Amino acid sequence: MQEKVVGSTHSKTTGLPRKRFYRARAHSNPLSDSHFPVPLCPGQFDYSLHYPQLFPSSSNNGCVKKIQFADIGCGFGGLLVSLSTLFPETLMIGMEIRDKVTEYVKERISALRTTNPGQYQNISVVRTNSMKYIPNYFEKGQLTKMFFLFPDPHFKEKNHRRRVISPHLLDEYAYTLAVGGIIYTITDVEELGEWMESCLDEHPMFEAVSEEEVKADPVVNLLTSATEEGQKVARNGGKTFRAIYRRISPSSS
Amino acid sequence: MEEGEGNREVEVAPALVAVHPSHSSVVVAVASDLRVYDLSGDRPVTLGDEPGRSNHSDSIRAIRYAPDGELFVSAGDDKRVNVWSVDSWRCIGTVCCEKRVSSVAISPNGLYVCFADKFGVVWVVSVEKDDADQQFVKDKPTPMLAHYCSIITSLAFSPDGRFLVSADRDSKIRVSVVPKEPLKGAHEIQSFCLGHSEFVSCLDFVYTSEYSKGLLVSGSGDSTVRLWDCETGSLLDIFDVGSKVDDFAPNGVEGEMHYVVTDLCASPNDTRIAVAVQSLNGIVLLNCDLPGKTLSIIMVVRIAGEAFIPTSLGTGSGQNLMWMVAGVSKLTGLDSTLPIVLVKTMTGFRSNTDQEPTVQPSNEIPGSLKLLEHLQGSLQVEGPAISAAANAWRLAMCNLMVKKQYSAETREFRKRTRNDKKAAQ
Repeated sequence: MQEKVVGSTHSKTTGLPRKRFYRARAHSNPLSDSHFPVPLCPGQFDYSLHYPQLFPSSSNNGCVKKIQFADIGCGFGGLLVSLSTLFPETLMIGMEIRDKVTEYVKERISALRTTNPGQYQNISVVRTNSMKYIPNYFEKGQLTKMFFLFPDPHFKEKNHRRRVISPHLLDEYAYTLAVGGIIYTITDVEELGEWMESCLDEHPMFEAVSEEEVKADPVVNLLTSATEEGQKVARNGGKTFRAIYRRISPSSS
Repeated sequence: MEEGEGNREVEVAPALVAVHPSHSSVVVAVASDLRVYDLSGDRPVTLGDEPGRSNHSDSIRAIRYAPDGELFVSAGDDKRVNVWSVDSWRCIGTVCCEKRVSSVAISPNGLYVCFADKFGVVWVVSVEKDDADQQFVKDKPTPMLAHYCSIITSLAFSPDGRFLVSADRDSKIRVSVVPKEPLKGAHEIQSFCLGHSEFVSCLDFVYTSEYSKGLLVSGSGDSTVRLWDCETGSLLDIFDVGSKVDDFAPNGVEGEMHYVVTDLCASPNDTRIAVAVQSLNGIVLLNCDLPGKTLSIIMVVRIAGEAFIPTSLGTGSGQNLMWMVAGVSKLTGLDSTLPIVLVKTMTGFRSNTDQEPTVQPSNEIPGSLKLLEHLQGSLQVEGPAISAAANAWRLAMCNLMVKKQYSAETREFRKRTRNDKKAAQ
């Protein structure tokens, strides 16, 4: 019986989970009280559960490696999967608030690990509300890259405070990012693109990354080509709006 | 929406107390009433030159003296923040907020008033002097920082004024660097003090002249008092109130919210901390070893014969006296809907005294019966009313702070009203 169930939600040829069984409502209310477990502090985040091959025992003694990339609202995990092989030495995590979608990414990673032994050991996913619990997962200055790809636009003005990029939340992102760390944002909604850019522009702890650097950064192309949402936009011939900023030390003036 | 109405019914605000840093006056707030007693002049104070303008119209939720004692601020459910000049007890400014105000703080230099709303935003206004050297409040507040959609339960400036600490219902304590221009926002986060497993209810700093940076203490719904180094966010010590359960032998109140820490008050420039605990008729007296970075219990000071469960604590600088009040804004079920409040004092608070910590009889309280009559509104407060008040407050706090747990069925049932679910049916 067990095999039959697995067979129906996973593709027989690739062993990957099939998306149609993990569809979820596109919107989730980030303001509501959460009832999933959250680590009390970054020290209580169990690396051995997420990266079992790299952290064989639950005691993290000796191994000081920490997560450096975070994909906030990772969706079906396309970016993580591409980044995993591009930066095989870097630990990364996807954060997703939708339960079913998180389950899909978990299944996807475990299938990839099975079919490609030794690979995809550096990526994982958690179900969480990153707008509330970012400091519970990462210490000050721990991250070097943060991704906010195709976030929920929340068009209504009364819902703007639900947007994942907002002036006050940027304080927390600046706290988790190391000086020099990069925040990547992209959307196909022009209004949201302008909003994200202006929030980042006005924040004293972020500065825009120059065009040349953006062109030279291998990650930038993945923002559209590796993500499910990006591929959808490309299929429909839509435009995308990017804002890529660097974490700087606040000027003392 | 029946949830919301149910909440409104049990929604009562605790009575609050604040003591002037140099012990020249004491303020009790209950419901929308602000009652001030001038301790140096030994007389009740009548507030405001324009009573209609500056009075609150709903429960006061937060009161605070400025560290230098020049200003006083009060705010609450009527979404108004009143700033008072302590010398004249004149209201020098009223700031309107869009949301109900849950906490207030004044910067050590006396130039900025911060207040937090129930949606997690901390606002700031500056206090300036006009040509005639009269203080006034620039009335447009600007947002300074925010906790994402969580009730901010407490605000505190570090004694040196470098940090502003904010605590919330999601067990989070944020330490923000106070910038040179606070009106432009406090974007730089120094640390998060994480470790509480329930809402954080109160914050204070313990400091002495030798250890002027001080250490942060916090109390929480998880029945612990925790000691932090707010510069690094590291947890230094935990005092578990729950482990002292047997010593307390509480009055048989059942259910959750039993040993919730509701308020704490550190003696300024000293190492003693008084802790108020839900359902304990008295206080827990702790000592903080600043160089050793530990907390230890001195004793449990009980209030004999009465169900006096303090809702708020306060003390002045260099004072051996700690003030406590117990009471709520209103009582439903009983005949009277009048606010109920009882005031008591404890001597022997400071560490450098030989005096045994004792609760004073009413005739030994400074100002004696005259003070009690003014601050309590009446000399006779009946035992059953005080017990009922303690219960009402416990329920209200539980409703406000504890996350509601829904069963899987209830959750499914509630989802049915969602548009996408409706279409599917």
